[in-house]
Amino acid sequence: MIVAKKITKKFGKLKALDNISVTFLKGECIALLGPNGCGKTTLIKSLLGMVVPDNGSIHFDNELISGKWKYRSRIGYMPQIGRYPENMTIAQIIGMMKDIRKENTKIPDEELVKSFGLQNMMQKKMRTLSGGTTQKVSAALAFMFHPDVLILDEPTAGLDPLSSEKLKQKIIREKQNGKLILITSHILSELDDLVTEVFYMQEGKLVFHKKLTALKEETGEIKLSKAIAKIMRKEEMVN
Amino acid sequence: MKKLLKYVIVDLVQNKIVLIYTALLLVISLSIFNLENNAAKGMLSLLNIILIIVPLICIIFSTIYIYNSAEFVELLVSQPLKRKTIWLSLFSGLSSSLSLAFFIGTGIPVLLYHADATGFMMVAAGLFLTIVFVSIAMLAAGLTRDKAKGIGLSILLWLYLSLIFDALVLFLLFQFQDYPLEKIMVIFSFLNPIDLGRIQILLQMDISALMGYTGAVFRDFFGNNTGIILSFLGLFIWIVFPLIISLTKFKRKDL
Repeated sequence: MIVAKKITKKFGKLKALDNISVTFLKGECIALLGPNGCGKTTLIKSLLGMVVPDNGSIHFDNELISGKWKYRSRIGYMPQIGRYPENMTIAQIIGMMKDIRKENTKIPDEELVKSFGLQNMMQKKMRTLSGGTTQKVSAALAFMFHPDVLILDEPTAGLDPLSSEKLKQKIIREKQNGKLILITSHILSELDDLVTEVFYMQEGKLVFHKKLTALKEETGEIKLSKAIAKIMRKEEMVN
Repeated sequence: MKKLLKYVIVDLVQNKIVLIYTALLLVISLSIFNLENNAAKGMLSLLNIILIIVPLICIIFSTIYIYNSAEFVELLVSQPLKRKTIWLSLFSGLSSSLSLAFFIGTGIPVLLYHADATGFMMVAAGLFLTIVFVSIAMLAAGLTRDKAKGIGLSILLWLYLSLIFDALVLFLLFQFQDYPLEKIMVIFSFLNPIDLGRIQILLQMDISALMGYTGAVFRDFFGNNTGIILSFLGLFIWIVFPLIISLTKFKRKDL
C-alpha cells in the first residue's frame, strides 16, 4: 500500500533519513522503533508529504505522492505534539476538519470523542487544554474519517492509563477491520498485543524490518521489550 | 479554497487589530477633511499618510499573522488539501480584510468629501498598495523560519521602499545631473510600488508642474490612459511576483 524507495533527507549536515526503502501492506500493524532522533518522525512526515525528501520516491497505492494531496484523505494522522490554532475551540476544530474532509460520505466516527468525554468541553479553547486533552483531540481527529491508513506518532504519551487503554482497544478494533497502522512508541510493553511487524531504525538507517513472531523466535524472548533490548545490546557489542 | 478562506477571515475579524486599523484610518481621514477647509489640501495631507501608514501596517501585521498561523498551517498540511490552497487562502484572507479596512477607513471618507478622479485614484492606489504589501509580507515570512528575522526583514523592505529607494534615486539624480535622466526616472518608478501609486495620485491632483521637467515627462508617460494602465499593471506585477516566489518556497517547505 505504501512503498518508499531509497528516500534520503538531510537537515543541514544531519542525515535524518539515509537511503530507506520500505513496503507497508494493508492489514499490517507496524511498530516504528528506534532511539530518540533516529528519524521516525521524519519518515512519518515524509509519508504525509509534510517533509519533502531530498532523494527517492514514495508511492501510495502505486501512485507517486510528490505534489499530490488527495491520497491524504485516506490517512488519519495523530502527531506527536499536536499544535492547533490557539483561539479555536475544540468544537470549531472538529467542525473545520469535518468541513475539509466531508467528501467522505460516511458518518464521522465520533466514538473516541464520546469515550474520552470531549463533548463536555467542546467550548474550551485549544490554548487552555492540558497536554493530555490536546492528545485526545488529536486521537479523535485521526480516527474520525474512517481512514485506510492510521499513522500514530507516540499515541499514548501523555494520556492517563484509562484513556490510553481506550485508545489501545480502538487501535485493535481498527486493525481487525484490515487497516494499515503505523505506530511509534517508546513504551514497548503496550505494543505487544498490537503489532504484527517491527521496523527498527538507528541514525536514519533501517536496521531491520521483521515480523514480530520471527523476531521473538530469533531472540528466544516472549516479550517485545526484552527482544528489542537484546538486539540493542547486540548492536552495542558490534560497535 | 472557499472553505479555508472562511476560517481565515473569521479569525482575522476576531483579531481586533484589523478593527483598530479601520478605526485609526477613519479617524485620520475624517479629522484631516474636517480640519482643512479646502478638501484638495486635505487630499494632499492624506496622500502622505496613506503612502507611509498603509504599507507599514499591512506588511507588519501580515508578517506577524503568517507566523502566528504556523499551527493552523501545520494542521492543514497533513490534511487532504493542496499546499497552494492553504497559502493562497492566507493571502486572500489577509488582502481582502485589509482592503476592506482601507476602503471603510479611507475610501468612504475620500469618496464623501472628494468624489472625483483624484479621489478614485487615491482609493484605487491605496487598495493596490495594501495587496502589494500583503504579498511582500508573504515573501518575507516565507523566506525565513525565524519570526524575529522575518519581521525584521519586512521592516527593512518597508524602509527600503518608502525611504531608502527615494534617497538612492535622488543621489543618482544629483550625481548625473548633467545627463538627461527623465526617461530613466520613468523606468525607476516601476521598481517601487509606492512611487507608482504616488505618481498616479499626484498627476491626478494636477500639481505635476511643481516637479519641473521630470514632471512633464511623467505627465507625458503616465498621464494618459495607456500610462495609467501600465502603472496599474506594474502594481499588479508587484502583487503576483512576490506571491509566486513565496508560493514555490512554501511548496517545498518542511513542516
